[in-house]
Amino acid sequence: MIELRRVFTHVECIFHEFGPPAAKPLRRAAAIALITNPFAGRFEQQIALFMDDLKPLGLELAKRLLAVLDVAASEVQGYGKAAIVGASGESEHGALWHVPGGYGMREVLGWQAAREGNSGQGQRSNGLAIVPSTNKVGAPGTPIDVPITHINASYVRSHLDAIEVRVPGAPRPDEIAFILVMSAGARIHERIGGLRVEQISRWDGQR
Amino acid sequence: MIAAIRKLIVQVDETHIEMGRPIAPATRRAVAIAVIANPCAGRYSDNLDELTAIGEELGGLLGAKCVEALGIRPDQAQSYGKAAIVGEAGELEHAAAILHPKMGAPLRRAVSKGAALVPSSKKMGGLGTAIDVPLGHKDAAFVRSHFDAIEARVSDAPRANEIVVAIAVTDSGRPLARVGGLQPHEIKGEDGLR
Repeated sequence: MIELRRVFTHVECIFHEFGPPAAKPLRRAAAIALITNPFAGRFEQQIALFMDDLKPLGLELAKRLLAVLDVAASEVQGYGKAAIVGASGESEHGALWHVPGGYGMREVLGWQAAREGNSGQGQRSNGLAIVPSTNKVGAPGTPIDVPITHINASYVRSHLDAIEVRVPGAPRPDEIAFILVMSAGARIHERIGGLRVEQISRWDGQR
Repeated sequence: MIAAIRKLIVQVDETHIEMGRPIAPATRRAVAIAVIANPCAGRYSDNLDELTAIGEELGGLLGAKCVEALGIRPDQAQSYGKAAIVGEAGELEHAAAILHPKMGAPLRRAVSKGAALVPSSKKMGGLGTAIDVPLGHKDAAFVRSHFDAIEARVSDAPRANEIVVAIAVTDSGRPLARVGGLQPHEIKGEDGLR
């Protein structure tokens, strides 16, 4: 049973960072769910099953995030996730987000083909790359840098990025902030080379 | 567009449970933030009309962004507030020029009516400086349930030559408001106070 206390959304539109204004401004967004930490204040050995309970929240938050980003699912290019656990919890509680957070975003981005075992050549789906993450225990208002990488190939250099997320007043000691982020483009003035999106060829989530 | 905007941010904060008690419907607050170039940075300018024109433009733009983010009709907005953080090469008066002479009218059009003063705060600051944007009921400043504040902060702004401008709009008061005073259903909404 998930007790959802608060939902916080953030969307930003970056026009430039003191270089030439981009033809298409970069949109990035974050959605944060503040829930009651059911394990706060004690050591609980069995916590893994809670990941199943979190799956509907992961999906709901991913849908909310996409709505806030205000682009089609096919235009999402980068993603990441994070958790901030309130002071009465432990970082392992934040790690519970790994499965449901990733699941929720991939569900929204369309991973049907991959899940059905279509392992033919070429792109099988979106959301092939591991979802990069950070996780910490923090006081209310603690900022966390959420890493962002390309959704299909972690080594795409133009999309290696991070977005700072912070919810004023949260997490309280008995709360967990579960965070999802998406971007609709590369860094605004990306120009350090490396693997390009159009060069993705292995479709193994990395290159 | 008069303002040279580097970045636009919109945040929505929904409270569904407070102190273990369900809040239904959830209280919702939005804050829209623009990071803009300060045309008067680095020099003393007697005339601040350029900043005043920017304030007028942002009053409409940021007010509409908040209403849109909340997904409400303008007349469903209940409280509002505004704030600015001036980067190090500017002066506090630059915030005043943006916030006070002309920002109110277009903001009031975005939320409809708005007999009450738009509460405000301003400060000088650097990258990641947070400012508490005060909130008050838009039609009657004495409505106690709607006295509130929402933080605005941009991790990479304001640079020295920039100004962070924020407008906040809500469709509700505080969750579990219970300190009495003038109630929303008692207001006349004419003099801005009651």
